[in-house]
Amino acid sequence: MDTSSLAAIRLTLELASLVTALLLLVGTPIAWWLSRTRSRWKGPVGAVVALPLVLPPTVLGFYLLLFMGPHGPVGKITSSLGWGALPFSFTGLVVASVFYSLPFVVQPIQNAFEAVGERPLEVAASLRASPWDAFFSVALPLARPGFVTAAILGFAHTIGEFGVVLMIGGNIPGKTQVLSVQIYNHVEAMEYGQAHILAAGMVVFSFLVLLALYGRRQYKGWSR
Amino acid sequence: MIEASFQLAYPDFSLDVDLRLPGKGVTALFGHSGCGKTTLLRCVAGLNHAPTGRLTVAGEIWQDEAQGIFLPTHKRPLGLVFQEASLFPHLSVRKNLEYGMKRSGNQAGEGFDASIALLGIRPLLERAPERLSGGERQRVAVARALLTRPRLLLMDEPLAALDLKRKLEILPYLEKLREELDIPVLYVSHAPDEVARLADHLVLLENGRAVASGPLMATLARADLPSTFADDDAGVVLETTVAAHETDGLTRLEFPGGQLYVSYRDKRPGSRLRCRIHASDVSLALAAHGDSSILNTLPATVRTVVPTQTPGHVLAQLALRDGTLLLARITERSRVSLGIAPGLSVVAQVKSVAILA
Repeated sequence: MDTSSLAAIRLTLELASLVTALLLLVGTPIAWWLSRTRSRWKGPVGAVVALPLVLPPTVLGFYLLLFMGPHGPVGKITSSLGWGALPFSFTGLVVASVFYSLPFVVQPIQNAFEAVGERPLEVAASLRASPWDAFFSVALPLARPGFVTAAILGFAHTIGEFGVVLMIGGNIPGKTQVLSVQIYNHVEAMEYGQAHILAAGMVVFSFLVLLALYGRRQYKGWSR
Repeated sequence: MIEASFQLAYPDFSLDVDLRLPGKGVTALFGHSGCGKTTLLRCVAGLNHAPTGRLTVAGEIWQDEAQGIFLPTHKRPLGLVFQEASLFPHLSVRKNLEYGMKRSGNQAGEGFDASIALLGIRPLLERAPERLSGGERQRVAVARALLTRPRLLLMDEPLAALDLKRKLEILPYLEKLREELDIPVLYVSHAPDEVARLADHLVLLENGRAVASGPLMATLARADLPSTFADDDAGVVLETTVAAHETDGLTRLEFPGGQLYVSYRDKRPGSRLRCRIHASDVSLALAAHGDSSILNTLPATVRTVVPTQTPGHVLAQLALRDGTLLLARITERSRVSLGIAPGLSVVAQVKSVAILA
């Protein structure tokens, strides 16, 4: 395997790990709110979170490019802070990936919180646990299977993205050149052997991830 | 003393109660499903917030909308036992017990040994909740609530999800609890036998209103109760003492109003026994007969006679010699032919006595 492919694999794993961590941080409060609220905003917010499921990645990438570009509202702020524009940088890739994979993290966690239900939290309150305390000591542990699913899906989905990366990050070796883009490069250059190694690797990886996911569910179910 | 006044309105249901309940003993909140008993309990727990309400427990204000006071559930010193097993599945029995102890400032485990002995759960401490039977889970849930040293214990049909065998297994523990606990217990139930067995005070709820509230025995003996405890379930509860075991297989029970013979009970003479006498098991005669197979006959005076919901039947309230009240359900035809009317001296013939413990 050539060095640029190895660099792409490393970059991809870094990106996916960081994005997964951020997704769990951002997704948990959103999932919690969606699972508890009776607000009329529940529908619209849920729909916005789910948008990346149905939108072509290019659409998402296009608007992120506009927003984060030097003349976009986010770009102006980042520029004035001295961070420069985000597109075509690793940071830009991270931000875009968080949006892109958000539904894959929010939905399993939301389902898990809904499955936990109101009762364990009422019991916790009757045992003097404050709402925060009950969230961390009861809701989180009981929703654990949902978090594992969310982390696996978020990680795998980030590794598999292509369109958004091309739109927002381009193809800069060592900076934004991730695995899926590298496969594209190999194919464009007619290096089918190199492409095969990476592509077959992705197939095996994805299969193992899904096996872990489905095998785990059969083995233990949503343990409650 | 608990003073509870709640008014709340949902689209399909409203609750409007104003109750003064004793500060000791078991108060049963009784009624059919949908009568509001669980909603009332949840208002007391602070899980539902009645927009108009006032609640004081032993002089402490837990809610007073006039002053804008509403303590959230986790700030109320109460214990709560739900209908279905509500142990945390990710914690062992011991950790479940410690969950509430830690958060209620009972790290020292005051009452730990007494509580787990009272509920017989010492062998279960290291087990996971999923490996307990339904009855065992409820006993752990009761212990967990007690270990927060609550000033009020709330139980929402704790036996309703159990089969009869488990119910009979756990009832003795609840009875022990009633005897040993010095805090008030609010006990929601729709099972008349449970109420008759455990309660000291009875609140009857119908359509979100309290239609009766008073000491259990006096309240059950009322002939004018609305439908809930009337009719098929009408009957009184007597607190008796085991007097003697007779040679022919009968046990003699005594109470201030007389004595009753029941089939042999494995209880030491002197121990207390609650009995329930259904109104439909009591018939009336004008004089004592020696030629009847009915063993338990009690001289009584008729106090009131009221119609029931069953056509052709009436309910008679009788006073025994010491004032103990009894209910008898007889036909209107018998009432006319015997001339049953207030003030008449009769003999109550008790066909069967239900032993409750």
